Amino acid sequence: MKNAKVIIVGGGLAGLMAAMKIAEKQVKVDLISLVPVKRSHSVCAQGGINAALNTKGEDDSTWQHFDDTIYGGDFLANQSPVKNMCEAAPGIIYAMERMGVMFNRTPEGLMDLRLFGGVKKRRTAFAGATTGQQLLYTCDEQVRRLEDLDFVKKYEGWEFIEAIIDEAGICRGCIAQNLASMEIKEFLGDALIIATGGAGMVYGKSTNSTINTGSAASIVYQQGAYYANAEFVQIHPTSMLGDDKNRLMSESARGDGGRIWTYKNGKPWYFLEEMYPAYGNLVPRDIASRAIYQVCVEMGLGIDGKNQVYLDLTHLPEEYLNKRLGGIIDIYQNFYGDNPKKVPMKIFPAIHYFMGGIHVNSNHMTCIPGLFAAGECDYMYHGANRLGANSLLSALYSGTVVGPAAVNYINSLDSLAAEKGQKSGAQGVKHQQEIHNKITKMHGTENPYALHAEMGEEMTQNVFIVRHNKNLAENDQKLQEYLKRWENINMLDNNSYSNQTIMYVRQLKNMMELARVITLGALRRNESRGSHYKPEFPERDDENFLKTTLAAWRPNGPQFSWEDVDTSIIKPRKRQYSKPKEV
Amino acid sequence: MPAYIHLKIKRQNEPNAKPYWQEFKIPYNPNMNVVSALMVIRQNPVEISGKVVDPVVWECNCLEEVCGACTMLINGMPRQACSALIDNIFKEKGSEKPIILEPLSKFPTIRDLMVDRKVMFDNLKKVKAWIPVDGTWDYGSGLRISEETQQLVYPISRCMTCGACMEACPNVNKKSKFIGPSSIAQVRLLNAHPIGAMHKKMRLKALIQKGGIHECGNAQNCKRVCPKNINLTRHIAYMNREVNSYALRQFLEED
Repeated sequence: MKNAKVIIVGGGLAGLMAAMKIAEKQVKVDLISLVPVKRSHSVCAQGGINAALNTKGEDDSTWQHFDDTIYGGDFLANQSPVKNMCEAAPGIIYAMERMGVMFNRTPEGLMDLRLFGGVKKRRTAFAGATTGQQLLYTCDEQVRRLEDLDFVKKYEGWEFIEAIIDEAGICRGCIAQNLASMEIKEFLGDALIIATGGAGMVYGKSTNSTINTGSAASIVYQQGAYYANAEFVQIHPTSMLGDDKNRLMSESARGDGGRIWTYKNGKPWYFLEEMYPAYGNLVPRDIASRAIYQVCVEMGLGIDGKNQVYLDLTHLPEEYLNKRLGGIIDIYQNFYGDNPKKVPMKIFPAIHYFMGGIHVNSNHMTCIPGLFAAGECDYMYHGANRLGANSLLSALYSGTVVGPAAVNYINSLDSLAAEKGQKSGAQGVKHQQEIHNKITKMHGTENPYALHAEMGEEMTQNVFIVRHNKNLAENDQKLQEYLKRWENINMLDNNSYSNQTIMYVRQLKNMMELARVITLGALRRNESRGSHYKPEFPERDDENFLKTTLAAWRPNGPQFSWEDVDTSIIKPRKRQYSKPKEV
Repeated sequence: MPAYIHLKIKRQNEPNAKPYWQEFKIPYNPNMNVVSALMVIRQNPVEISGKVVDPVVWECNCLEEVCGACTMLINGMPRQACSALIDNIFKEKGSEKPIILEPLSKFPTIRDLMVDRKVMFDNLKKVKAWIPVDGTWDYGSGLRISEETQQLVYPISRCMTCGACMEACPNVNKKSKFIGPSSIAQVRLLNAHPIGAMHKKMRLKALIQKGGIHECGNAQNCKRVCPKNINLTRHIAYMNREVNSYALRQFLEED
């Protein structure tokens, strides 16, 4: 349709890929991003991207990639979309290669592949240990070109604060606020794509970037979209704990030969290799995190009596490490001082990735017509646990799905937002201006940053690797108190220009709403599946819980329901990594 | 062990306002960095005099030195605040002297330590730092790139557009339009790619426009401050040769 426009919120891999796909269909895009898109959180992905290229003589196939992903996700992912993703993966990687990504090469000049967790075939293409950065930069270059050609207009330094939904219940764009001038403005569009990534900041500290508050996803949930499988939060086994954040140490360290160990009876104990002989150090992340937790917290065998074990690369040749893992070796050395080529790294699990997210159909549209979601903020591809190097793939793949789907949707519309969205847009701006004015006048006693840190600690205490119903119920009580205390916040900053505190106060409330969904979702799921583990219910219970958790926002808390999972292709079977997987 | 961390911060309320200084003292903890110190200040924004002030505004995101957001002047050097470890600063300078934080000076200040580096992204546009593919669709495998080429240019692909090289370069200043070291290095990266190489002339041409590679004065500061250790001077020298031979060929072919 002529003069149609798509609004994309988020300039990470999913948002940029969607922008490219939409521009290719000659539809214009407004791209809204908190930060210059080149600084999006996708840069933090390290180890690689999966695709069954089958160039290593290992008889790999997209079917095996599909089966590994479903099995790794403990059968909670809808199977048809995952199968489509795995089949599309090689084409996506080759397109990224054409666009300029400097993947590591074999001596013959082909893309090299490395091994990753939960699989037995080399299937992960990589650019050193900074693969996310390289993929994002290449997408950034392509979108800059589209900007030069006038297909994409970027609004960097703007924050999404509300979706525009008209009287008929159709999404017509969004309201955003400028982070410098603080101007609130409507962006009318015929489809709105939320591609805003994960929500690590809900836990205060995680491997995520500071912009990953989940605020945008929480806003659309509060406006009527379903939030699905919130309780499935990936805890990455190998991170370096810090005061300001927990820094990721890529799974590729183990893919390339790194070993996890601690001392037992005065001797090195390679506990993953002993517990899971079939996969060893390359068990999926949920399994590795639980084992490290068990060794440190339950057995008290952490290094120096602390919550930490060794991730050891010291037996590997220096040149090999430089070529393949230079990026993460730099990070460890810069932030910790020790050289991982000489001294084993000290690591512990940390919050890393959100398998759950905004509920969408196979076209990535939510239950609100015109409102789409893609990338980590959706819930689609990873079930109860994500396999390493599948996140870059799902971010890019969902971008390739949502872009054309949004254009098809627009072509089915009778009228455009420019005409139908104006009234709701103006109302939205007025409403948000009132909220803004109210926040600027908050002069209570709570420091928002301190309140956030307190919430993060509670979440990390109660909704982490091992979950107990009693703690989950108490955590929700706490969250309700925090919501009350939020009303008593002190707006510390009196400057009306580039006021970061106002935006933080807004995000904080949205984080609290999302934290309740995570907590109560976990409370309701009385089984253990993937990343969700309850000692009270240690087994997977397909009869009662082979279902997607759906949360709908209500003023007094989330209202939950279940949805069946698409298991039409692979029959669910027991997931175990001590023995080789039967296909 | 020092008892506290003393910070002296250059502040500015908005783009055209006059800058001023404020000092803060916060409790010392091991393993802190400049970002985590700023985070402590905002939980209790009280100046050294005891006066409650507005929290300091700065830019940061990944906190692991891959996004490039938090570049600022720390004791006069352009670097990322997240990887500026307080313990290392104390080792070099002692814990008595205040740590001085200022916004980058070569870019317009937005507020406090936050600047607008849009010009760097515009420079990437000027040098056409992209590969003009026909489309993003799948037409199968094909490219071969030697390990040698990949290893040579991969470091350039880690450039975060952080602005440290621009800040350190004497030829980037209010009077010049010099595009700076990072954009020139990006041309080498894109020209090394088999498809990018098909379009190398358009980038070489861009490098000889106003503000182009000839404005490099070979001060070599860029290489010294690059947080990713990109050998910028070597890449600029290489591009200089490429540009010269391109210009010569153009000259000969035009007649």
